[in-house]
Amino acid sequence: MRSKSAVTLAGVSALALYSSMAVGSKYNLPEPQSVIAKDIYDQHIVLLWICLVIFVGVFGVMFYSVLKHRKSLGYKAANFHHSTAVEIIWTVIPCLILVAMAYPATKTVIAMKDTSSPDMTIKATGYQWMWGYDYLQGEGEGISFYSKLSTPRAQVENKAPKGENYLLEVDNRVVVPVGKKVRIILTANDVIHAWWVPSLGIKQDAIPGFIRDTWFTADKPGIYRGQCAELCGKDHGFMPIVVEVMEASEYSKWVAQQGASAIKTSMHVEN
Amino acid sequence: MAAVHGDAHGHEHDDHHPSGIMRWITTTNHKDIGTMYLWFSFAMFLTGGTLALGIRAELFQPGIQILQPELFNQFTTLHGLIMVFGAIMPAFVGFANWQVPLMIGAPDMAFARMNNWSFWLLIPAATLLVSSFFLPGGAAAGGWTFYPPLSTQGGLGVDFMIFAVHILGASSIMGSINIITTILNMRAPGMTLMKMPMFVWTWLITAYLLVLVMPVLAGTVTMLLTDRHFGTSFFNAAGGGDPVMFQHIFWFFGHPEVYIMILPSFGIVSEVIPTFSRKPLFGYSSMVYATASIAILSCVVWAHHMFTAGMPAVGQLFFMYATMLIAVPTGVKVFNWTATMWRGSMSFETPMLFSIGFIFLFVIGGFSGVICAIVPIDIQVQDTYYVIAHFHYVLVSGSLFALFAGAYYWIPKWTGRMYNETLGKAHFWLSMFFFNLTFFVQHFLGLAGMPRRIPDYNLQFADFNMISSIGAFGFGMTQLLFLYVMINCIRSGEKAPQKPWDGATTLEWTHLPTPAPYHSFEKPPVVQ
Amino acid sequence: MVNSNNTKANVLMMKKLLVFTLIMFVFGYALVPFYEKFCEVTGINNLLKPDVSVNDKNWVDEERWVTVEFDANTRGLPWQFKPLQRSTRIHPGESITVMYEITNNSEREVIGQAIPSYSPRFLDKHLKKFECFCFTKQVLKSNETRQMPVQFVIEPGLPADINTVTISYTFFELPDGASTIKK
Repeated sequence: MRSKSAVTLAGVSALALYSSMAVGSKYNLPEPQSVIAKDIYDQHIVLLWICLVIFVGVFGVMFYSVLKHRKSLGYKAANFHHSTAVEIIWTVIPCLILVAMAYPATKTVIAMKDTSSPDMTIKATGYQWMWGYDYLQGEGEGISFYSKLSTPRAQVENKAPKGENYLLEVDNRVVVPVGKKVRIILTANDVIHAWWVPSLGIKQDAIPGFIRDTWFTADKPGIYRGQCAELCGKDHGFMPIVVEVMEASEYSKWVAQQGASAIKTSMHVEN
Repeated sequence: MAAVHGDAHGHEHDDHHPSGIMRWITTTNHKDIGTMYLWFSFAMFLTGGTLALGIRAELFQPGIQILQPELFNQFTTLHGLIMVFGAIMPAFVGFANWQVPLMIGAPDMAFARMNNWSFWLLIPAATLLVSSFFLPGGAAAGGWTFYPPLSTQGGLGVDFMIFAVHILGASSIMGSINIITTILNMRAPGMTLMKMPMFVWTWLITAYLLVLVMPVLAGTVTMLLTDRHFGTSFFNAAGGGDPVMFQHIFWFFGHPEVYIMILPSFGIVSEVIPTFSRKPLFGYSSMVYATASIAILSCVVWAHHMFTAGMPAVGQLFFMYATMLIAVPTGVKVFNWTATMWRGSMSFETPMLFSIGFIFLFVIGGFSGVICAIVPIDIQVQDTYYVIAHFHYVLVSGSLFALFAGAYYWIPKWTGRMYNETLGKAHFWLSMFFFNLTFFVQHFLGLAGMPRRIPDYNLQFADFNMISSIGAFGFGMTQLLFLYVMINCIRSGEKAPQKPWDGATTLEWTHLPTPAPYHSFEKPPVVQ
Repeated sequence: MVNSNNTKANVLMMKKLLVFTLIMFVFGYALVPFYEKFCEVTGINNLLKPDVSVNDKNWVDEERWVTVEFDANTRGLPWQFKPLQRSTRIHPGESITVMYEITNNSEREVIGQAIPSYSPRFLDKHLKKFECFCFTKQVLKSNETRQMPVQFVIEPGLPADINTVTISYTFFELPDGASTIKK
C-alpha cells in the first residue's frame, strides 16, 4: 500500500506542476486587442474557474470515496440506490450554472453580429491558397491587392533557419486604422476558407458564391497574425492573415501611397 | 487489410461446426460474429493509429519532413474515417453482439443471417478506404467531414470513400435493426424494460439513433456523389445549391453520431462501476432518462459545429442553449456514478481503473465541450487544436477507455480465462499517462492559435507539438501491450471461475458457466 | 414477455424499422427543399426571382439614409466583372438602378450565371429587385464587354439599426448547353 500512495502522491504533484505551467500567456488565448476579443478572453477565464470548482467538487467526493471506501480497507458496502431529492438537486443546480454562463455569452453574440455603421468595409476573398483584399468603402476605397505567404520555401523545407514569424508573414498586409469599426465581407473563389485573427476575436468562414460579414475595432496599433481556419486543400496551412493596425494619420499616408503606386493589381482579373 | 483479419481467425476451438475459414464466413452465431467485430475493429484501430502516428511524426518539429501536405491531408482524413467508422463503431457493435443476448437471456440475435452480412460488409468497406491510398491522386483529403466544394475537387479517392461510407452505413443500419429487435422481442421472461442492464438500455437507444441518422448520412453522400458525377447542384452555388446546406445535413447525422459513439460506453461503465463497488447502480431510472434525453437533445444541436459558417444570431443562440443543456443529463450520469461508488466496497481491477479513468477524463472533455458550446469562445477555438483535444478527450479517453474496460471485464466470460492483472493495470496507467501527455497540451495549442489540419506550424507551437508527438508514440506502443495481454489471456490465461467478479449481478455471470457455451440460453432463464 | 422463438414478431419489427430507415433516407433529401424554404422564409438565400413590377408605388422614407455597397466576384471563368459604382446612399423605398460591367477576356464564348448574396443575410426580405442580370444566364462572345443593370428598392421596413448593406454577385461558369437554374 505504501508504494501505491507514493505513486499517487507523485502523480498528483506532477499534475499540479503541469497545470501550474498554465499561467503564462502561451497557455491561454492571445492577449485581446478588441472589445470582442476581451469579452471572449474574460468569459473563457470565468468558465475555466467555474469548471475547476465543479471539477474539484465532484472529484473531491469521488477520490475521497476511492481512498476510503475500499474493500481492501474492509469497508462494507451500503445498499442505497436512489434518492429523488438528491437527483432533483443535482439536475437543477447545473441548470442554474448554465444560465449564469449563457447570459454574458448571449450579450457578446449579439454584439458580434452587429455589423452596422462601419467606418470602412473591406472584402476578403479566399483563394487556393492566398487571400485577396478589396477596400470597398471608407478611406482607402478602391485599394485592392493579393496577400500571399512570404515565408521562403527553403524555410519550410528545412534548408534555411526559420524566422520568428515563420508561416505567419505575408507580402501585403491588410492595413486598417486604429479605433475604427472595420467591417469585413467574406467570400471565396474556390472552396470554403475561414478568415481568423485570434487577437481581434474574429473568425468567419468564407464561402464560395455567398458573402458573409463580421467586424472588429482594433484598440491598439500593431501587427496581428492569424491563419486560414477551414481545411481548403493542399496549402491550407500556408495562407496566413496579417492585419496591420495604424494610427489614423499613418493610415492616410499608406492610402496615399497605395493610390500613387502604379502597380495596382485588380482583383477582378482572373488568370 | 485482409491479412490482419486473418489473425482474427486463429484462436477459436469450437468443434461442432464447419471448421477453418468457412466457419467464420458462414457463422450466424452471435458470439462468433461479436468476436470478428472486435478483432476487425482492433485491426482498424491499429490502422487508424498508424495514420495518427504519421500525423504526429510530421508535427514533431516545424517544417515539412515526412509527409507532404497532400499526403498529410489524406492521413488526417482517413485517420478520422477509419477511427470513427472502422474502429469505434464496430467495436461497440461487437460488444452488443456478445453481450446483448447474454444479458437479456436470449439464445442469439433476432436475425442471425443478417448479423453475418452486416459484419462481412465491413471488409469491402475497409478495403475501399485503405486501398484508396494507392489510387492515382491518393485517398480523400477533404477531412473526415468531407465538406464540399473541397470534396467535389478530389479524385477517385473521394468516390471510394463515398462507397465505403455507404457500405458501412448499410452495415450499421442492419446491425441496429438486429439489436433493436433482439432487445424488444427476445428478452427472457420477467425481464421488463426497466429491469434491463444499463448496457442494454444504452445500446437500445444508440440503435434507434443509428437508424435515425445513418440513412441521412447515406443521403448526404449520395448527393455528394451525384454532384460530383451526374451534374446535380445540391451543394454547388453555381447551380443554385449551397455548400453550407451540406454542413447542415452532415451534422444532422454527425452530432448524433458523436453520441452513438459515447452512449454504449456509458452503458459499459454503468455495468463495471456497480460490480466493483459491490453496490447497485445509483439512480437506475434517472440513468435511463438521462440517456434518452441526451439522445433526443443530440438531434437538435448539430449547428454548433457551424458557428463560424455564418448564421443569424437567433440560430447561434438556439444552438448554444440546446448544446449547453446536454451538460445536464451528462452531469446527472457522472453524479450517479459517483454516488454508486460512494460508500461502496471498492476494489480496483483493470476494468474499474479504466472506468474511473473514463469518468475522470470524460469530465475534462465535457468541460471543454461546455466551453466550446459558448458561441463567442467557440468562434475562437473552432477548427483549432482545442477542438482536437476536446473530442479526443471524449472519444479516446471516453469511448476507447470504456471499450478497454468492457474488454477486461468480459474477457473471462468470453474465453474462460483470466487476463494478467498486473499487465492490465500497466496498460491502464501507461495509457492514462501517455494519453494526457498527447492531448492535454493540445488545449494550449488551440488557445494560442494553432489551426487543426495543418502539416506545419509557427515556432511558438513547437514545444507542445513535440510533447504531444512523444505522448502519441507512447500511447500507440502501449496499445500493443493491450494486444499482448489479450492474446496471452486467450492462449494461456488462468482458468476463470463462473463469476470472477463477486459484485456482478447480470445474467451472463449468474446463469451461465465460464466460458459462455457456444449456444447459451436456449431455454430462457426466468428473471425475478 | 415475448417468446424468443417468435420470428413473426421479429420480422414485423424488422419491416417497421426498414420503413423507418427508408423514411429517414428520404428525409435526408427532404432537408434540401426544407432548407431552401427555411432560407426563403428567413430571407437567407432567395436569390433568383424578380420580386414586383416597377409600377408598385412604395412609400419613401426621406428621413433615413442607407449605404448600399456593391460587390462583384467571378469564380472559375475568364471574365472581368465589376460594378460601375462601389457604393451609393439611398432612402429606403427609393428605386435605384446600378450598372455592372462584364468583360470576357478569353477567346471563346462563355456562359455564366450570377448568384447574388447579401449582407446582412436577411436583407433579402427587404430588398425588392425588379430587374437583374442574375435572373438569366449571360452568354459572352470572346472579348465582348457588356453593361447590365440591377434595379431594386430597399423597403422602408428595413430594421432601423441597419444602415449599411452589401449586395454581392458571383459569376459561375455554366457548362455549354446548360439551362439556367431551376427555381
